[in-house]
Amino acid sequence: MPILEIDRAGRVFGSGEARVVALDDVSLCVERGEFVAIMGPSGSGKSTLLHLAGGLDRPTSGRVLLNGRDLAGMSAADLSLALRREIGFVFQGLNLLPTLSAAENVALPLELDGARPRAAMSAARSLLDSVGLGAVADRFPGRLSGGEQQRVAIARAVTGGRTLLLADEPTGALDTVSGEAVMGLLRQQCTTGCAVVLITHDMRHAAWADRVVFLRDGRVTGEAAPPAGPEFLLRPA
Amino acid sequence: MSVRHSLLVLLDAGPMHGYGLKTEFETATGDVWPLNVGQVYTTLARLERDGLVSTGTDADGQKIYAITEAGRGEVRRWFETPVAREVVPRQELAIKLVFAMRSAAVDVADVVQRQRVATMRSLQEVTRLKADAEADGDLAWLLMLDALVFQAEAEARWLDLCEARLARRSRGRGDRGTPPSRAAKPPLPITERSS
Repeated sequence: MPILEIDRAGRVFGSGEARVVALDDVSLCVERGEFVAIMGPSGSGKSTLLHLAGGLDRPTSGRVLLNGRDLAGMSAADLSLALRREIGFVFQGLNLLPTLSAAENVALPLELDGARPRAAMSAARSLLDSVGLGAVADRFPGRLSGGEQQRVAIARAVTGGRTLLLADEPTGALDTVSGEAVMGLLRQQCTTGCAVVLITHDMRHAAWADRVVFLRDGRVTGEAAPPAGPEFLLRPA
Repeated sequence: MSVRHSLLVLLDAGPMHGYGLKTEFETATGDVWPLNVGQVYTTLARLERDGLVSTGTDADGQKIYAITEAGRGEVRRWFETPVAREVVPRQELAIKLVFAMRSAAVDVADVVQRQRVATMRSLQEVTRLKADAEADGDLAWLLMLDALVFQAEAEARWLDLCEARLARRSRGRGDRGTPPSRAAKPPLPITERSS
């Protein structure tokens, strides 16, 4: 069963003269361990698609299934619980609470889910260790570089065994090398069974994904997956 | 790529045999440019003719090459001179798009999208190789792959621009009858993958 299944989803804003079709009959299936990038120019529907995937918005046609359950059929309470337990978000900026340390930021979702503070902090520290940020666990976000902040945000987004990570231009404000470190970390999340959906307009970052879906004017215009073997670019022996 | 200058740089560190130069060159470039041994000896013969290297024999009677003062000057000049870009590189893609625009039978946007998917695929492949190179700590190979990444990215950005220019031109021709066509059935998505 896919973690995320978007089935012929459409999203229309407004009506009559002001009617805007943001998404038109888009289907997308994301399996456990899969890294999918969505690319497209501004206004192509990327963010709308991510909002539907994350339950932040509802489609005007079609369905969105999270781990097999139709989000539209859920009560508000069930929906908010499912979103909190199963989906993590990373945005371009302002992901962390500035008055909490890196570790406290990561521990917060666990505490909201009922974990005792000490257990939550120790889980947060080991998670930060695993992403190479153990040394800065006690720093406040203002004392972290942009790249470190985004890596902490990714760690927070996957705490508590969440299965779907939705990232909207997480590297938008970062330099090339920091951006690559963030991509590497997103990729690493897939090896632990998480599924990742990344929105980006940067081809270099999209290239880290297993599949790249191209959107234009609310429709899927193409999809690219790398060749399975090294037939494309053989390193000379 | 200048094999000639690369060999001079290697010889600047001390005299070497022809075969040693070949393996040293390949190690330095992360095996990205395999050299055949014939190419090495032809190049060395030219360098000797031009007075940039001198030859002698080692204790076993094997021919050994050493850099001359003129050779050192040549190395200095190489590093001091920026690499020239080809003024008009052969751009099959640009030519293809120009002719696609002239052909009534071809949808240019389709050609652009097909190319974009292909470029993306190669970028994905190079990115995977990069992750391995980073793990192996193979710096020369990593730099080569970075170059390929940026070339592919440049191509993709250029494709975006082509698409935008084409769209503007078709609007300029008074083709305003249908706003970004929702009514017309869109073409099938262009998908490329193995398996």
